[in-house]
Amino acid sequence: MIPELGHLALILALLLALIQGTVPLWGASRGDASLMALARPTAAGQMFFAALAFGCLAYAFLTNDFSVENVAHNSFSQLPLVYRFTATWGSHEGSLLLWVLILAFWGGAVALLSRRLPLEIAARVLGVMGLVGAGLLSFLLFTSNPLVRLFPVPEDGADLNPLLQDPGMVLHPPVLYMGYVGFSVAFSFALAALLSGRIDAAWARWARPWTTVAWMFLTLGIALGSWWAYYELGWGGWWFWDPTENASLMPWLAGTALIHSLAVTEKRGGFKGWTLLLAIATFSLSLLGTFLVRSGVLSSVHAFATDPGRGLYILALLGAVIGGSLFLYGWRAPRLGRGGNFAWVSRESLLLGNNVLLVAALGSVLLGTLYPLALDAFGLGKVSVGPPYFNAVFVPLMAPALFLAGIGPLARWRRAELPDLARRLRWAFGVALAAALVVPFIQETAHFGVGLGVFLGVWLFAGAVTGFLDRKGERKGSRPLAWWGMQLAHVGLGVAAIGATLVSYHATERDVRMAPGDHVELAGYRFVLHGVDAAKGPNYVADVGRVEVTGPHGETWLLHPEKRKYNASRMRMTEAAVESGLWRDLYVALGEHLGGGAWSVRVFHKPFVAWLWIGACLLALGGLLAAADRRYRNP
Amino acid sequence: MKRWLPLFAFILLAGLLYKGLWLNPREVPSPFIGRPAPAFTLPVVGRPGLAFSPGDLRGQVWLLNIWAPWCRGCRKEHPFLMELARQGVPLYGLNWKDEGREAAAMLRTSGNPYVLSADDLDGRVGIDWGTTGVPETYVIDAAGIIRHKHSGPLNPRVWEGKIAPLLKDLGA
Repeated sequence: MIPELGHLALILALLLALIQGTVPLWGASRGDASLMALARPTAAGQMFFAALAFGCLAYAFLTNDFSVENVAHNSFSQLPLVYRFTATWGSHEGSLLLWVLILAFWGGAVALLSRRLPLEIAARVLGVMGLVGAGLLSFLLFTSNPLVRLFPVPEDGADLNPLLQDPGMVLHPPVLYMGYVGFSVAFSFALAALLSGRIDAAWARWARPWTTVAWMFLTLGIALGSWWAYYELGWGGWWFWDPTENASLMPWLAGTALIHSLAVTEKRGGFKGWTLLLAIATFSLSLLGTFLVRSGVLSSVHAFATDPGRGLYILALLGAVIGGSLFLYGWRAPRLGRGGNFAWVSRESLLLGNNVLLVAALGSVLLGTLYPLALDAFGLGKVSVGPPYFNAVFVPLMAPALFLAGIGPLARWRRAELPDLARRLRWAFGVALAAALVVPFIQETAHFGVGLGVFLGVWLFAGAVTGFLDRKGERKGSRPLAWWGMQLAHVGLGVAAIGATLVSYHATERDVRMAPGDHVELAGYRFVLHGVDAAKGPNYVADVGRVEVTGPHGETWLLHPEKRKYNASRMRMTEAAVESGLWRDLYVALGEHLGGGAWSVRVFHKPFVAWLWIGACLLALGGLLAAADRRYRNP
Repeated sequence: MKRWLPLFAFILLAGLLYKGLWLNPREVPSPFIGRPAPAFTLPVVGRPGLAFSPGDLRGQVWLLNIWAPWCRGCRKEHPFLMELARQGVPLYGLNWKDEGREAAAMLRTSGNPYVLSADDLDGRVGIDWGTTGVPETYVIDAAGIIRHKHSGPLNPRVWEGKIAPLLKDLGA
C-alpha cells in the first residue's frame, strides 16, 4: 500500500508543478495578482508531496520491502539500518527522486522566505522552478519510477553497492544535490529578470544569498566526495579528473564566477548580462552533469545507469531548459542597459579578471571532459583525457585567479591606484615570497610548483590579514558579516591550495609484500604488520590487518586496514586505515592475500592532505557568513 | 549577434550529446585485436583431469567469454548466452578468479552455455588477454588471431550489430 501511496504522491507533485509552472507566469505577464498568488501554495504543495513520495520509498527500504524492485536491487536484509536508509538514493531512480525532492524543497524555501519580494518577481521565480520541477518529475515518473513493484517477490535483495556503504556516502549525495539544485534558484531569478526586463541592485540583493548558500552546499558536497574517494577507494588519491568529478567542478567554477559577478551587479549595477548568463550557465552545467552521469554518454566509475532512452529524455529536457533560457537571453538581453564605468585598475576590473579566469578554467575542464566524446562522435578514434591535460591547463589558469583574489578585497570600486595597492600589499607579498623560498628547501627536493602553491596560499592569508589591519578600510568597527565571509573563504582557498600542492609533490608510498612480523619504513615512520585476523561484519566477512606504526619520535599507533567481502554481491572492498593529523596522514591499505600468510600492503605518507578538507570547510563557512549578512534580511 | 552566441554554442553541444547517446563508451579497442590469442593451458571447470588450451581450436572460429560466478553482468547476459548455445555458437568460457569455487555448481543449476569453461583461478590468463572487467567476449578466427573484443554483457543488439556479421565474414 505504501509504495502505491508514494506513486500517487509523485503524480500529485507533478500536477502541482505543472500548475506552478504555468498559471503564475501567465498571471505575471497579464498583471493578474490572483493568478500570481497561486505560486506559493503550489510550491508548498509540491514540496509536501515530493517529501511524501520520498518518505514512502525510504519506508520501503527501512522495512526491507523486497516487492519494490528498487529495494530488491539495492538493499539486503543484513544491511545495517543507516545504509538501508541511504540506499534510498543509492540507485539511479532513488537519486533522481532525491534530486526532485531537493528541488521541491528549494521551491518551498523560496515560497516561504520571499514575503518581501514583489509578488510579480516571486511568481516568475517560482513559475520557472515549477517548470523545471515538472520536467524532472515527469522524467522520474515516465522513465525511472523508483516505486515499481516486482513479481515474483525475491526472498532477499541484491545488496547496496559496497562502495556506497560508507559514512561519506550518507552525506555526499544530499549535500552535493543541495548545491546542484540550489542553483536553480539563481537560474529562476535570472529568467525572472529577463522576463520582466528589470535587473537592478535590489534584484541582485535577492539573488545573492540564494546563490551563496547553494555554492556553500556544492563546495561541501565536492569536498565530501573527494574525502570519500580518498579513503574508500584505497588508492590514496583525492581527485581523479573523472568525468563525474568534472561534472561537479564545472558548476562550482561557474557558481564561483557568478558570486563575484553578482557583487558587481549589486554594488555598481554592472556586468548585468554577464551575471544573467552565468546564472543560466551554472544551473545548466548542473543539469549537464546530471545528463553526463545518468545517460551513460561518458564512461565513468560512477555512472550507474546506462540507457539511451533515459539519455534521450534528459537531453530533451536539457534542450528545453538550457536552449529555452539562452533563447530568452538572446531575445531580452538588449533591454538590460549598461552598468557604470570603471577604470583599468579597480575592484570591477579585478573581478572581471576573476570571471575571465574562472570561465576559462571551466572551458578547459568542459573541453577535456567532452573531447573524447567529440572525437568518437566524428569517428576519429577513442581517446581518454587524463590528469596530465587537466593539471597542465587548470593550474596555470587558477594560479593568477588566486593571486587576484589576494588583491581584490583591498581595491576600491570604480578606480584604485596601483601604487597605493602595491604599498598596502608589500608586506603580504614579502611574507608570501619568503615562505615560497623557504618551504621548498625544508623539503629535500625543491620544485617550482611547491614554491608557487605555498606563495599563493600564504599570499591569500597575508592579504586577508592586511585587509583586517588596514585603517583605510571602510568603517573598520562595523565590518559587515559578508566581509568576514569573503575573507574567510579566501583564506580557505589558500589553505586548500597549500594542501593540494604539498600532497601532490611530497606524498610518498610503498607497495610491499608483508608477512606477519615484516616491517617497512616510509618518511621516517616504521610500519610493522603484526598479523591478519578474520572478522565478521553485519553483511560481510573481512580480513583485518594489525599494523603498528612507530613515528620518528617514538609515538605509536595501531591501524586496522580491512579487506572485506560482501555476502550478497560477493564484491571485495578495501577499507583503508588512516591515521589523520594536521601535518600528515598515514594511510595503510591491505591488498591481495599472496599465500603463506603474506599480503600485499600499500602504505602512504600524505603530508598536509587534511588542509584540503579544512580549506573546503573554511570556504563553505565563509559562504555561510556571507549569506547570513544583515543587508539581505532587511532589503 | 553576440547575444545569440551562447545559444548557438549550446545547440552545437546538444548535437554532440545527441550523437554521443548512440555510441558505446564501453567499446574500447583492445591492443590485442589482430594479434595471436595468448596461449594458456588450464583445467576445465567440473571435469577434473581435463585441460584446455586455445591451440586445440586451431582451424575453427570460436568465442571466448570471460565470466565469473560473482559477476552481476554475467548473470545478466547468461540467458542470451544460453540462446546462443542453442543456436550452436561455439562458446568457450574462462572462469575468472572464482575464489569461492562456485562455477561448477552454478553451471549445473542455471544452465551451461559453454562447450567447456577453463578455470583461471588466480586470474593470470585474464591479465594476459588484457581483461579489464568481466564479462568480456573475444572472437578468435581459424588462424588463432583475436578479431574482436566486446566489454560488458552481450545482448541481441551487440550480437546482430557486430559479432554475427563478423562470424559470417570469417565463415563460421
